[in-house]
Amino acid sequence: MNIGEKDIGGPGPSGADTDANVIDVTGLRRSYGATGRRAHARKGFEAVRGIDFSVGRGELFALLGTNGAGKTSTVELLEGLAAPTAGKVRVLGHDPYTERRKIRPRIGVMLQEGGFPSELTPTETLRMWAGCTTGARPIDEALSSVGLTRRKDVRVKQLSGGERRRLDLALALLGRPEVLFLDEPTTGLDTEARHETWELVRDLRDSGTTIVLTTHYLEEAEELADRLAILHNGQIAAAGQVTDVVATHPSHIAFDLPNGYHLGDLPPLESLGVIGHETTGRRVRLRTDELQRAATGLLIWAQDKGIELHGLDVRSASLEEAFLEIAKGLENA
Amino acid sequence: MSTNTIAATTAERAEANAETGSMARLTALGRAELTLLCRNKTALSMSLVLPVALAFAMKQTVSGMDLGGTGLSVGTVLLPATLGYVLIFAVYSNLTSAYVARREELVLKRLRTGELRDLEILAGTALPSAVMGLAQCALLVIVGGLALDTGLPTSPHLLIAGLVIGMLVVVAFAAASSALAKSVEAAQLAVLPLMVLSLIGSGMVVPLDVLPDRVASVLELLPLSSAMELIRAGWTGGPDPAATTKLLINGFVWAGLAVFAVQRWFRWEPRR
Repeated sequence: MNIGEKDIGGPGPSGADTDANVIDVTGLRRSYGATGRRAHARKGFEAVRGIDFSVGRGELFALLGTNGAGKTSTVELLEGLAAPTAGKVRVLGHDPYTERRKIRPRIGVMLQEGGFPSELTPTETLRMWAGCTTGARPIDEALSSVGLTRRKDVRVKQLSGGERRRLDLALALLGRPEVLFLDEPTTGLDTEARHETWELVRDLRDSGTTIVLTTHYLEEAEELADRLAILHNGQIAAAGQVTDVVATHPSHIAFDLPNGYHLGDLPPLESLGVIGHETTGRRVRLRTDELQRAATGLLIWAQDKGIELHGLDVRSASLEEAFLEIAKGLENA
Repeated sequence: MSTNTIAATTAERAEANAETGSMARLTALGRAELTLLCRNKTALSMSLVLPVALAFAMKQTVSGMDLGGTGLSVGTVLLPATLGYVLIFAVYSNLTSAYVARREELVLKRLRTGELRDLEILAGTALPSAVMGLAQCALLVIVGGLALDTGLPTSPHLLIAGLVIGMLVVVAFAAASSALAKSVEAAQLAVLPLMVLSLIGSGMVVPLDVLPDRVASVLELLPLSSAMELIRAGWTGGPDPAATTKLLINGFVWAGLAVFAVQRWFRWEPRR
């Protein structure tokens, strides 16, 4: 989509690597328990239910969704940890499951939950990983890039959740990957560490790394993503650039109508640019695509009448609104 | 948090890095596993002390055995048995726990996201246990040989063949057994069947030679019986080439069955 912005010519004629997309996903499905083990009482629970998307070179693509939406199930298929039940995945032009060897040296993976032996130190863990990684960076450099230098000789079991996430990130970055998969990279981090991680991720993106990130933090997707897909119940409910996804959803104005006033006392709603409204008791909620005009009209009216609008809440469309609306819409569907 | 150094262009990458080799990866993983083994004091002391302690405990019983006509001595009963204990306790039991622990801590899953092949992950995890087990056996052969008056093995090639086959069998069975246990505690139970079967039936407590032929010919087919037989033959000379081949085949068949079980049932992640 917007790969052209940073990467003039992008996958064009000059590049040796002519893949238009680094990742291509079509009709992807993943079921659990279909093999009939007693692990899952529900037979054939389908976590990913037919999704399509692609990620261009140098792009940061976010998979956004609540817990259980299918984010991890999807990203594990991209990482080649499991074979899809149906559909096709291509990473760097290869099937990540059957052609694991070809893509492994070119990708970096951070799982949702780090898998480290608890009795090793970060240094020992990275040393082990470096021995298994093509073109590994020096260990000290990897430690300092995620701010773990001070904790490098402490056993992993004594690290905090956030420190473990950062160790995991250091592992993922060790081979200077072309494609990076980050499964909820900031879950469990405090605000400061989260912002530091964002900065690191942004730097990586700016230097040309293609990144797929899953998150349930809307803010994170809004901050980082070039494009995103909102997953819900294993399907893509909305996709595109953040502004596109947000733009398809209206802004809101909410307030309490004072006693003695009725909805009909307001100026004609259409003239304010309001496209819909709901009332619950005295609470009024207006939807508009022209927030400034609607709010100005409403406030001038209130001033003329000498009314104070209690509980006034003027809110432009945000990813959060869009997200909630999509979730609500799908549940009603 | 400078990243200029983190991302490299494809060109840089291509010139700088030949891909990691299998040996390098095995060494890296094996080294980490060795560190872990050395930090697991319980496992380590069990591996080192238990085989010798059991041999001491059994010495009295073996001395009272009627070994007449079997060509065996107290030493050639006890010393091979001690090597068998190393295979069972130091390698099989500990390694099963290690596979379960790595799986439950999601280490195996994490390793699979990297360049290691599946077989390398299994082999690398087993490497320190196997090497330490073999070193322990070598030491026991020398020290035990002096202490028990057996001298050095007269057919060392049979002893080595027995140890190698035994090692293959216990490593493959450890990986297979790990699928049966959901936790490290449960792994202690999962190893019991092979452990008990081998102690009783594979000539570790009672040499098959002192049992009635009919019983012995059945017990000969157990997973570790061939290994034990070959190890003992290191001192006693023992079987003719045909019998040796039969023992080798029996050992390889068991190792093959265990490998099949691993391919079919080994779990890389905890159950959801």
